[in-house]
Amino acid sequence: MPAEPPVETPRRLSDAYALLAGGPWTPIAGGTDLMVRITGELGPIPERILDVSRLDALAGIDMAAGHLVLGARTTYTEIRRSALCREHLPALVEAAATIGAAAIQNRGTLGGNIANASPAGDTLPVLLAADAEIVVGSHREERSIAASEFFTGYRKTALAADELILRIRLPLPAGRDLRFRKVGTRRAQAISKVVMAAAWRDHGAASGWSDVRVALGSVAATPIRARATEAALEGQRPTPEVADRAAEALAAEIQPIDDVRSTADYRRLVAARILHRILRDAGGW
Amino acid sequence: MTRARAVLAPTRRSAPEALVAPPGQLTRGRATGQPTRREGPAKLTGEAKYADDLVFPGAWYGLTIRSTEAHARLLAVKKDPDVDWSSAVVVTAADIPGQNIVALKEADQPVLVPVGGEIQHHAEPIALLAAPDRETLRRLRDHVQVETEKLPAIFDPLASDHVFAKYRIERGDVARGLDEADFILEGEYRVGHQEQLYIENNAMIAVPEADGAVTVHGSMQCPYYVHGALMKAMALEPKAARVVQAETGGGFGGKEEYPSILAIHAALLARAAGKPVRMIYDRHEDLAATTKRHPAIVRHRTGVSKDGTLVAQDIDVVMDGGAYSTLTPVVLSRGALHAGGPYRCPNVRIIARATRTNTPPNGAFRGFGAPQTEFAAETQMNRLAEAIGLSPLEIRLRNVYQIGDTTPTGQVLKESVAGEEVLRLAAEAAEFEPLRGRTARARADRRGTLVPSGPLRTDAERTASGIGLALAWHGAGFTGSGEVHLASVVSVELTKEARIRVLIASTEMGQGTNTIFPMMVGEALGVSADAVEMAPVDTAFVPNSGPTVASRTAMVVGGLCIQAARRLRETVEARNGGKPFAEVYRADAAANGATRIDQQFEPYPGEPFDDATYTGDAYPAFGWAAAVAAVDVDLDSGEVHVRDVVAADDVGKVIHQVLCEGQVEGGTLQSVGYATIEEIKLDDGRYLNDRLATYLIPTALDAPRISTILVEAPYSGAPHGAKGVGELPMDVAAPAVVAAIHDAVGVWIPDLPATPEKIMAALHPATPGARPAAS
Amino acid sequence: MTAFRFLVNGAPAEVNAPGMRRLLDVLREDLGLTGTKEGCGEGECGACAVLLDGQLVDACLVPVCQVEGGIVRTVEGLSSRATGAGALDDLQVAFLEAGAAQCGICTPGMLMAARAYLDGRGGPDEDAIREAIAGNLCRCTGYTKIVDAIARVAGANG
Repeated sequence: MPAEPPVETPRRLSDAYALLAGGPWTPIAGGTDLMVRITGELGPIPERILDVSRLDALAGIDMAAGHLVLGARTTYTEIRRSALCREHLPALVEAAATIGAAAIQNRGTLGGNIANASPAGDTLPVLLAADAEIVVGSHREERSIAASEFFTGYRKTALAADELILRIRLPLPAGRDLRFRKVGTRRAQAISKVVMAAAWRDHGAASGWSDVRVALGSVAATPIRARATEAALEGQRPTPEVADRAAEALAAEIQPIDDVRSTADYRRLVAARILHRILRDAGGW
Repeated sequence: MTRARAVLAPTRRSAPEALVAPPGQLTRGRATGQPTRREGPAKLTGEAKYADDLVFPGAWYGLTIRSTEAHARLLAVKKDPDVDWSSAVVVTAADIPGQNIVALKEADQPVLVPVGGEIQHHAEPIALLAAPDRETLRRLRDHVQVETEKLPAIFDPLASDHVFAKYRIERGDVARGLDEADFILEGEYRVGHQEQLYIENNAMIAVPEADGAVTVHGSMQCPYYVHGALMKAMALEPKAARVVQAETGGGFGGKEEYPSILAIHAALLARAAGKPVRMIYDRHEDLAATTKRHPAIVRHRTGVSKDGTLVAQDIDVVMDGGAYSTLTPVVLSRGALHAGGPYRCPNVRIIARATRTNTPPNGAFRGFGAPQTEFAAETQMNRLAEAIGLSPLEIRLRNVYQIGDTTPTGQVLKESVAGEEVLRLAAEAAEFEPLRGRTARARADRRGTLVPSGPLRTDAERTASGIGLALAWHGAGFTGSGEVHLASVVSVELTKEARIRVLIASTEMGQGTNTIFPMMVGEALGVSADAVEMAPVDTAFVPNSGPTVASRTAMVVGGLCIQAARRLRETVEARNGGKPFAEVYRADAAANGATRIDQQFEPYPGEPFDDATYTGDAYPAFGWAAAVAAVDVDLDSGEVHVRDVVAADDVGKVIHQVLCEGQVEGGTLQSVGYATIEEIKLDDGRYLNDRLATYLIPTALDAPRISTILVEAPYSGAPHGAKGVGELPMDVAAPAVVAAIHDAVGVWIPDLPATPEKIMAALHPATPGARPAAS
Repeated sequence: MTAFRFLVNGAPAEVNAPGMRRLLDVLREDLGLTGTKEGCGEGECGACAVLLDGQLVDACLVPVCQVEGGIVRTVEGLSSRATGAGALDDLQVAFLEAGAAQCGICTPGMLMAARAYLDGRGGPDEDAIREAIAGNLCRCTGYTKIVDAIARVAGANG
């Protein structure tokens, strides 16, 4: 039985900040996560809701200073349709396409995915692998938080109680490749069992990869960077031997669990294989 | 003696034409000229009223307070004294005016657990609460305190010694047969729970009437089951309980017996409140508390000759009934009777038992025991084929029942046998043998790679394709003497206003009852289907034509309606100079008033079935189905995509081609889901998959392309030859999928669902274990 | 409680409700439009799908405060307001003739998903159709005839 907690819909960012300054609010953007929580069956019902859906400051997809900038309210459908996203960050478009289905994609937002901080959030590994910065604001200040520092615990973020996610800035270094893969129980409307984004900068056949990122969801309490695996790939070319070592490093590094959707063994095995496949595809062997 | 004589190819779409029907004109299905769904326009415009759409001014809302333990003694139910209860009602077992029993075969399930009694499963109903609005309901719910004393629980059906039912079917000498066999194969197969997942949750609204009477409106398959249950629990005379079926959004067996419980609950609250009470389950409650398909463990020991002929089948079936008997004895019966598969075998022993566990009671789900045991039988057959080097098609052709063969209960299959026909048609349409050859070559090529693979190392190929085959039989109608006991009655009436009405208790829930009955009765009377009305399914008006289950509606109830219609026609024509009914019925009604013909079921010809020895004719006839499934397996992740299924089903007589195909397509996808992604895990007797985010059924992207071939091998005992179609497709797709997985990647997954986790564990048994993280 | 104003099937609607009241409940209870169904209340089944400003959304996930000033279209708004079988639009006729509705409970949401797809110029490509309705669960049909019906209309649209 859904509850109906009180809600405010500020039209201006400054009004939103003022409300937030006065105490805790639970923001709602597209509502695809929050509206499930107001039945109270999954946990305590949020006491008051801050509707951010009318804040222009949270909208838009732009380029700025060589960065792709997405407003927190950007929906998955908007990401999929955005020429800028398709050109500069196709992995994010791919991730958006794996979330829910049409009705969810029309409403779910990137900011919502980030704020929920589910370990299974499908865009989050892409943001981690892309060195995203989460720009947040409050009545006090605007600041940037690196994605790699944003997720502090199970469904916990570095956001202060009075802060709102404004936009996400994604650097677009030259020569960077970013690959994405999600494994879910079915082909739509599925929470991931394993989700991965891997990135690297390729400087040509004569040198090794730099700036390697391997990020995963659904294998820990938060989305993570697999640092040991990244170290195993840094400076390397994607040869079969390197791929084998990286897969082994990943299997050793992650600590997934058994849950209603899958098992620790499966997640470990398949995460390693997905990475191996990405490296095989990159190496063309 | 009839052989299959017609094959209906799938409905072909013609080129696009103008699609808007002229106003006021009933459309005909363009492909076949048959009428479109009778209630289709109402469903398409949103006008059709399902239970939750019905408005009862002043109605209260009700909810159920359920146990959170699998096994416990109920010590007390208390209302928090510091809370104002004046605007609500609470009902416990003490308030039940009749018997605290959910009427079904055994009287073992209470309506509400009584204080001092035993809670036998998680989510068992303990108390009921109703209030004028949902806010009050939500607020008060947490103030009903339930005190219990935990008891040890049993969750393993193999370990439980509380037996709900057991059967033994024996023919010939299994020990000698196994001795004489050239080859013996053993196998153990397990199938888990499956949820019917009708998209409309269970829902009932009870309206108190004068003098303690009650009317319930709701989602259901069997109005007279509900009626009987209300009479017993509410201590009502037959006329004081009235049951009205609302438009029902799917059932599949999940609304066969469960609605009786919900109706009693709603009636109890309505009686206490003096108001209508709405009990509309949300998805979580429906998933957590209502019946599921029985899990089963089936063991086979099969002896074959060198040439693949079956000589002995030794089969052991154990089903998990959950906490109460409900329909378990009948599910087990059907499962046992089908456990050998559709094959001739001189020496057969089937021993079946169903036991109690402290989990929610299991119940009816399309197929009703046969999908479980036929999954095992077909996988065993496919493994046998592999073991002795025969193709899965060939081994079946050598063993499939032919006319004149005898089943393990001693039933001689005198007519209406089409196992070989459906097998050949499906195999040919799916290009089974050529594709098998191709996948075998691909497998051989893959084995030839030089680099040794390991669990963490991908193959050069990313996917592997496979193709698999299965065959099934499905007894039509109720088992044995079931139909005789039901003694169904139908009525066909010419009203004094010259309307032609069919009065039956069979429900429309999407399978097409309301469309095919006017067709059958219209044809029998010589009038258009449009001239025949279906009376609303309301126990105040319609006779008890039995439950809408067991694929019996077209065959049994339809057959009765045809007979009634023929008698009506004879009666009217006889008093009108023999002129055709169509010409004279209006004048006849004006002159003579209403004419109503009641028709009661009479036993089909054949040998009676002996429930004690399990011998005789188990079913008047059998339907036959084959499926060929083509799958792609992702070698990196074990994910299975079922690309195509070709389904060939013999239904005796196709009454409406589009509706019949629809049954095959829907049943096929439910069977595909059963094989692949529909999984329920339990913890301490509680379903962990209790939301739609965690109990997953196939989406349109997961679903295969399904090609349907309808075959007609008519049954002479039914006036139209029809044998039923609802459950047949549920028996075959799952084993075909598992065989296709084996064909693709070389591993047998004998437990359903065949998840990627199981596939990867089978392909890579030596997965490196977790190493402790560096501290 | 606040007053919210929006269009439903072309007609103005005004509702006094708490802002977090689900659009699904507003439609079914406050406006008496019971064509939109609740199957799960968590955005998994699509039975509650409607069009909001031309986009397919799950009405169980939309709070009415976000519908203010918006344009809502439900299954009741697909066909003309004439009565009887002749009032069906081309998509509904295609569903009827193909046998795409069995129990019918998923049908309203499915029609809205199909409508959104066709309004977005979706073609008769089967994979694209399946993706467009991937958020609408059907348990009865196996989806085969639903896809056929949508493809038929998409093909006719050219």
